[in-house]
Amino acid sequence: MAKKLNIKDKYRLLTRDLDWEFSYVDRKDAFPFEEFEGIKITDWSKWEDPFRLTMDSYWKYQAEKEKKLYAIFDAFSQNNGHLNVSDPRYVNALKLFLTGVSPLEYQAYQGFAHVGRQFGGVGARVACQMQAIDELRHVQTQIHAMSHYNKFFDGFQDYSHMHDRVWYLSVPKSFFNDARAAGPFEFMVAIGFSFEYVLTNLLFVPFMSGAAHNGDMATVTFGFSAQSDEARHMTLGLEVIKFLLEQHEDNVPIVQKWIDKWFWRGTRLLTIVAMMMDYMLPNKVMSWKEAWEVYFEEAGGSLFKDLARYGIKMPKYAETIEKEKEHVSHQAWWIFYTHGHAAGFHTWIPSDEELDWLSEKYPDTFDKYYRPRWELAKEMEAKGERFYTKALPQLCTTCQIPMGFTEMDDPTQVCYRDSVYKGDRYHFCSDGCKDIFDDEPEKYVQSWLPVHQIFQGNCGGPDVENVLSDFYRMNLGEDNMDMKGSPDEKRWKQWKGVA
Amino acid sequence: MTIEIKTATLEPVRNTYAHIERRFGDKPATRYQEATYDVQSEKYFHYRPLWQPEKELNDPSRTAIKMKDWYDFKDPRQFYYGAYVQQRAKMQEVAENNYAFFEKRNLMACLPDGMEAKIIKYLIPLRHLEQGANLNNMYACSYGYGTAITQACLYNGMDRLGIAQYLSRIGLIIDGNTGDSLAEAKQAWMNDAIWQGIRAAVEKMIITEDWFEVLVAQDVVLDCLMHELFYVQFDQWLQDNGAQDIGMLTEFMQVWAKDNNRWIDATLKIAAAESTENKALLETWVSDWKQVISEALSPLAAEMLGSDALALAESALDKRLMKAGLFK
Ligand SMILES: [Fe+2]
Ligand SMILES: [Fe+2]
Ligand SMILES: [Zn+2]
Repeated sequence: MAKKLNIKDKYRLLTRDLDWEFSYVDRKDAFPFEEFEGIKITDWSKWEDPFRLTMDSYWKYQAEKEKKLYAIFDAFSQNNGHLNVSDPRYVNALKLFLTGVSPLEYQAYQGFAHVGRQFGGVGARVACQMQAIDELRHVQTQIHAMSHYNKFFDGFQDYSHMHDRVWYLSVPKSFFNDARAAGPFEFMVAIGFSFEYVLTNLLFVPFMSGAAHNGDMATVTFGFSAQSDEARHMTLGLEVIKFLLEQHEDNVPIVQKWIDKWFWRGTRLLTIVAMMMDYMLPNKVMSWKEAWEVYFEEAGGSLFKDLARYGIKMPKYAETIEKEKEHVSHQAWWIFYTHGHAAGFHTWIPSDEELDWLSEKYPDTFDKYYRPRWELAKEMEAKGERFYTKALPQLCTTCQIPMGFTEMDDPTQVCYRDSVYKGDRYHFCSDGCKDIFDDEPEKYVQSWLPVHQIFQGNCGGPDVENVLSDFYRMNLGEDNMDMKGSPDEKRWKQWKGVA
Repeated sequence: MTIEIKTATLEPVRNTYAHIERRFGDKPATRYQEATYDVQSEKYFHYRPLWQPEKELNDPSRTAIKMKDWYDFKDPRQFYYGAYVQQRAKMQEVAENNYAFFEKRNLMACLPDGMEAKIIKYLIPLRHLEQGANLNNMYACSYGYGTAITQACLYNGMDRLGIAQYLSRIGLIIDGNTGDSLAEAKQAWMNDAIWQGIRAAVEKMIITEDWFEVLVAQDVVLDCLMHELFYVQFDQWLQDNGAQDIGMLTEFMQVWAKDNNRWIDATLKIAAAESTENKALLETWVSDWKQVISEALSPLAAEMLGSDALALAESALDKRLMKAGLFK
């Protein structure tokens, strides 16, 4: 009678034991990137497998999920599911998702494939490979989920081309480029831990519950379907941190520095989510401020209490971040509203009801600083003078967001920081972004800043119009400008039979 | 509330994404097309990788193979993630039934004397070779260019991990879950003279720099020779010697090879047809690796199957190379 193997032993035999010590070549040539970041790994065998999934079970579970998911996609398009969304403005959140977030899933696939080849420890490697294939799943299911929307709404059609070029999309693109350009351990702290473990809930829960509240079955379904993958990714992220911290005490300051960096970069990236939640969802889920409090301050707070025993502290600038939750969504939507002619989705003035909701959710800041802007915008729109700014914004060299954020202690004062490197001056939106630059200037001087590139004539021209239509391939008058009067709006009214 | 929808008003504005339309025209696209073409970022990368500053993050020059369009590497199976896992799930279901039946009937006990030792010595060590194949395909996946070929390499890499796990389970059936047979097979892989040549070749492949060369060495040359020796000839030997039931445990690998060959043969053919330079390069790689691997496999093949086994395997490889347009 065969003895029963427990899961841990079985997984060890089926995975970890496949590796062998090389005799004919130098191991360092096979895994050459393990040392240059200064991280010390003394014993890969101490790696605890975060999940123990063999390939046969992986195929089986994932196939079941795909079968259900695609059945719903099929039904969604057969039944013209897009007609069930709350309001056509909602679809603009999806445009932002497909152009800004789905390509990040692709970069996650590439990044995890890279570390899934390069880590010397077989346990870590295999876990990363599984995440790589999951991330490929995410980008492909998102493309398929949006495929139906693309047939009926503008702004989805050239998401990949746009992601490589458009000014605001360089924010998410450069975030992931930064992580992938880093060494394998920084990548894991950046994406596996900071992004997947701590910040992912702030990205996916708002989008998915936003979808649920706004009648978007396709998005809800892929979101839920991705949940069990995400659970695996989160355990991997946590294992990476613990493993690095337990391997050697010299790793602690390096990991802390990466945590500081990636939290700051992560919160900057989440600005688009903040704006989406507060302004783009016709049926609101919760305010960005509330989401931040639940998913970061509470959940993140207890996580960092846990990590304190390794000597890890709360990320630097946590206090600044806490103040920002009152402001960023309003400042970001204002940037997009005023640059609405250069955006690949529609923008609009919040309705009176929505303005009241914002006043209620942000009692300390909205009426004081932001409501007056919208009241003014309303007056101008009523006079037929919908406001678009002519100027191109200056971008922060690190996060690449237009320099529109204010000092958090004085929301009337735009925040400017700068550094001089090799005789050139570089500009930043915050102390956080300046610190990141100052630590690795030779990396960030390479930033492909879209506005600089336009001024240097690298994006066609001569006018902004030409850049938008030829270089970005936006269909002007269709993809961009205000929601009011857009072809999206006209079609919607036709479908719904309203004048 | 009921909404009256006139079908005429629901004409789509477009049939598919713009980049798909630019490639295939304004018509509905397949899921494979939308999931594959032009998904990878092409231009305007922000930072050079610290681990390879001479290259861009996504850079076609990580191989000497040149393609005008890396999306020419269409997978004849049209595997995107969903299609891939569903296809493999079907295969694993059959495998699961086979393994369950094999264990329930205790078919290992019905093998002729000495057969278990042969399986441990010749078949189980392949789990390490598969692990090497996993690394090599992950290498091609992560250094390769364009979603078409890199996703297929990823699927292959994951397949190899799965195959390594099936091979390990054969060992666990033999040793009643003690892991002894796996340890014995690993000993053979590490120390047995007949395995050292091929282990050295695999290790060398793992540190080879050009990812397309790695793909040729692993997925074309080594896989073909290995398949012919172990899953065709050794399988035949098992059948001839009363151990045909082992075929139930290797059916997955048999079916897999057929499926995978469709892709790798097409890939080779497309790369060779692109230019005479590519063709010449592929021929050099194939010749070099064929020599290395044949030499490495020769003592193993001779001991396991006899002196003409390797030549037979080589001729199978040559046939496939011809079909792919090489050496003619
Ligand atoms: Fe993902
Ligand atoms: Fe994830
Ligand atoms: Zn910044």
